[in-house]
Amino acid sequence: MSEKIKLKESPNSFLYGLKCGLPIAIGYLAVSFGFGITAVANGQSVLSAVIISMTNLTSAGQVAAIGIMAAMGTLSEMALTQLVINMRYFLMSISVSQKLDSSFTLPHRFLTAFGITDEIFAVACSQKGEIGKRFMYGLILLPWIGWSLGTFLGSSAGELLPEKIKAALGIAIYGMFVAIIIPPSRKEKGVALIVGLSALLSCALYYIPIFNGISSGFSIIICAVITSVLGAILFPRNDEEEAAEE
Amino acid sequence: MTVELFLYILVMAGVTYIIRMLPMVLFRKKIKSKFIKSILYYTPYAVLGAMTFPAIFYSTGSVFSASAGLIVALVLAFFDKSMVVVALAACAAAYIVTLLGF
Repeated sequence: MSEKIKLKESPNSFLYGLKCGLPIAIGYLAVSFGFGITAVANGQSVLSAVIISMTNLTSAGQVAAIGIMAAMGTLSEMALTQLVINMRYFLMSISVSQKLDSSFTLPHRFLTAFGITDEIFAVACSQKGEIGKRFMYGLILLPWIGWSLGTFLGSSAGELLPEKIKAALGIAIYGMFVAIIIPPSRKEKGVALIVGLSALLSCALYYIPIFNGISSGFSIIICAVITSVLGAILFPRNDEEEAAEE
Repeated sequence: MTVELFLYILVMAGVTYIIRMLPMVLFRKKIKSKFIKSILYYTPYAVLGAMTFPAIFYSTGSVFSASAGLIVALVLAFFDKSMVVVALAACAAAYIVTLLGF
């Protein structure tokens, strides 16, 4: 009974969505500041860095993309890299689609699909029961603003900040990556093995001279495909584990 | 904005959006294959492992300051600190080592 009332009050309210999105937005603001600096260091203008953030709303894919652009990679390399790096959103979107209530008509599905990120997915799917479109728009809005604004500040601060601070901030986005991969590595040996192998393989492709022709984008694809398939063979996930997570 | 830049952004944003959009509008059933589900589960960690190493060592312009940042990030992440705390602490560690003249 009390749960029914809560459902009506919260997971379909725009304001509640904003509230849930605020901590994500603050995190994005800080991390995208680092992305902005990395982007400019890789030859992007402030405008292009901001447009990339406003249209992509994804960290790893954007970092890989500016690497490909700096190396003048091909468009197919760009497409394939984004496909592999962002394939996880496919699974997340499937999970989110199971949570949507009847207010989610097709146009709203098209619009809110843009805002599926690791963190937004996690918050959306941790709600009890179904979620409404107002909640979803509220949840996406602040993180999107934070991500775009942080990119603008970071990419334009390049001229204002002292060289040493700017250099140090370049590690921010990688710090975030470390924060994502280490905690699950500690809990699951499968994840730890995949992260370690992928990092080793990536270093091998980078440092061993015969692999010099392989660009950064393809290197990520090679490492990710080989090690995640290996992970699925060695440590297949069973449904109980997923049920425990949910 | 040049044509090349426009095409790069169009391709990256287009591919990223389609991946997110297709399941929302088309797929109503859950994936059944345990193998595919396992691959999809491990992919983000594999991607981030490959993206972080060795790139993190060259992210600050000095391998020494970057290594300090990495060590601090690893320790804090091990103790489940939030993304923002880990990222900012890594920057601070890298900055301090830079100030020391490395």
